[in-house]
Amino acid sequence: MDIMEKLRILSDAAKYDAACTSSGVDKRAGRGGMGSAMAAGCCHSFAADGRCISLLKVLLTNVCIFDCAYCVNRCSHDTERAAFTPRELADLTMQFYRRNYIEGLFLSSGVAGSPDVTCERMIETLRILREEYRFTGYIHAKAIPGADQALIARLGMLADRMSVNIELPSAASLAKLAPDKTKRAILAPMGYIQRRIAESSHDLVRYRHAPHFAPAGQSTQMIIGASPEPDYQILQLSEGLYRRYGLKRVFFSAYVPVTANPLLPAVDTPPPLWREHRLYQADWLLRFYGFSAQELLDEAHPDFHPYVDPKCSWALRNAANFPLEVNRAAYEELLRVPGIGVKSAIRIVRARRAAALTWDALARIGVVLKRARYFLLCRGRRYPGLVSDRDAFLLAMMSPREQHLYRSQESGTRQLSLFDGNEPQLTALQREAIRCLPMIL
Amino acid sequence: MSAHDLVTYRYDGSWEGLLCCVFESYTAHELPEAILGPEAPETSLFGSKTIVTDVGNAARVEVSLPRKLGHEAAELVRLTFFTCLPEKELWMLRFLRLGYQYGPQLLQFAGNETVYRLQKAVQHLLSEAHLLKGFIRFSVQNNVLVTTIGPKNCVLPFLAGHFKARFPEEHWLIYDAAHHMALAYRPYETAILPLESFSAAPPDEEEARFRALWCQFYDTIEIRSRHNERCRMTLMPKRYWKYMTEFTRDFAVPDANPQLPAT
Ligand code: SF4
Repeated sequence: MDIMEKLRILSDAAKYDAACTSSGVDKRAGRGGMGSAMAAGCCHSFAADGRCISLLKVLLTNVCIFDCAYCVNRCSHDTERAAFTPRELADLTMQFYRRNYIEGLFLSSGVAGSPDVTCERMIETLRILREEYRFTGYIHAKAIPGADQALIARLGMLADRMSVNIELPSAASLAKLAPDKTKRAILAPMGYIQRRIAESSHDLVRYRHAPHFAPAGQSTQMIIGASPEPDYQILQLSEGLYRRYGLKRVFFSAYVPVTANPLLPAVDTPPPLWREHRLYQADWLLRFYGFSAQELLDEAHPDFHPYVDPKCSWALRNAANFPLEVNRAAYEELLRVPGIGVKSAIRIVRARRAAALTWDALARIGVVLKRARYFLLCRGRRYPGLVSDRDAFLLAMMSPREQHLYRSQESGTRQLSLFDGNEPQLTALQREAIRCLPMIL
Repeated sequence: MSAHDLVTYRYDGSWEGLLCCVFESYTAHELPEAILGPEAPETSLFGSKTIVTDVGNAARVEVSLPRKLGHEAAELVRLTFFTCLPEKELWMLRFLRLGYQYGPQLLQFAGNETVYRLQKAVQHLLSEAHLLKGFIRFSVQNNVLVTTIGPKNCVLPFLAGHFKARFPEEHWLIYDAAHHMALAYRPYETAILPLESFSAAPPDEEEARFRALWCQFYDTIEIRSRHNERCRMTLMPKRYWKYMTEFTRDFAVPDANPQLPAT
């Protein structure tokens, strides 16, 4: 089989993995080498589905002895199989890299033979790249659950980022859909990788040239919508993973049905892209806005709202915290206002040192007021002309896409579950807004 | 308004030349109506005042910048020079006058149009340079990496460090067809040269093969059920597509052994 065919089969088999970032590490090629990396990452192209292409994302082989129900490569699925030799893939990577098509390699593999054998072949590919070709560009390697720790260790010394995919958000779903994998088999390498990363950064403080284990850290991925877990459970799990395993990123991948299986959504089910989007928004709130999973969702509200983003939902459920005086609110409080991001919060804190901010000044320093005006006071004043018109309020809370979704999909009978529970001390406007929401949605 | 206010400057288009315009504006106590580069057509009824580039005057202005404006603002003007901001010279002069008057705090002027214009223009420059770090496609031609770009801003100086860190052992050339200049590198030196035109030779067999492989990868990696044309266009504006392998699909290898007529 020629390389063109192999590339077609093995990139097709790898494309459902959501991670394609090349971020987390800054480096440049030494003399005689090739390859650099930017901590912010770099997109080399965008596929027709709008996803960033940063890395050559392929499997070393799609032959697999396991039978995970959600996966195109499972052994019981009748599909074309192929395998790169380590040398072929290393050569292809270098040629693509040299032409600036890619930022590096994302290497994963089906389990061919055994986890150890698979891992050894991945190591050989990376060894050729790093040692023979002196490639210093970005490499993301997937750890193969069940592989020997010494092999994971070797892989981690060659890669910039490591990942072990959780895939399913509960042990029960794993048992049902990935019978060959256990929670332990996934979490054990994750824990090991975390310890090695911690040790290595400790050593680096002491010896500058200590070898560096996965300097861009560790990430994982969960498939959304293949199994019944609600958003609440997924978000809690993500939060736990960030805390316990020091992960850099948790990726969410909307499940694309690949074959008919009574345990899985029907083949014509569209991937739950909107849900994936909400989870990424919430993930952002966990990582940069100081929110906890518990604040965003709970057992009574287990799923994100289809039309209102997670931060907005939180603010509406906690209407008693608002309005906030822009000139006195702490930075952390400002971050929680719908419509105010990290940049705007910093600008506000900077600008108000010079003079107390007015609504005009707020607009002039570039704070977008479409949503924020409902939640703020400037020098004790409400936004001028703010009327308690429920349509206007609702539209302001939604992005154009959300408005579109709302208009195109809903009949108007759906109950909005945002505002159950206590709503003490609301302003007249908020009460009006909150009261009208369920009537309109 | 007196004729004095309607003065127009003409300078040689260099950074030093522009600093001399600043110098002139101060010593002559005037604010020109326009500052024209060497190629700009004559517009003023009154003709223009040619500002001769004097290295000494330029240096005097240059050293004063960080002292008077602070490093951040000085850097902002320096970078504006490379942007495609219309009438950038005039905006830069206005910015400098503000800076000399108010010092580093001018960057905090919420909503000042001059400050805003410069900041926006520089943001555009840097983000275009960042995008191109990814979107550039090299062709290998006689073992040299060559490419053409058509950026709005003058981005070449902002690409040099990046590609040097990436390909220290290669020879490479990036041709900016919009500004007619090239960034050239050979181990371990970089140069920017004026270049009227440049076009890469048609691909040889190996080059064509990797272009085709890349297009194969590009097509396969899309998840069809997630197709989203609008998203792709927002993230990768169409004007960049013109020079990207996955859109040009240019794999034709010219016949390597053309039949020579029998002699
Ligand atoms: S082990 Fe990996 S490649 Fe194999 S079936 Fe499971 S998910 Fe697919």
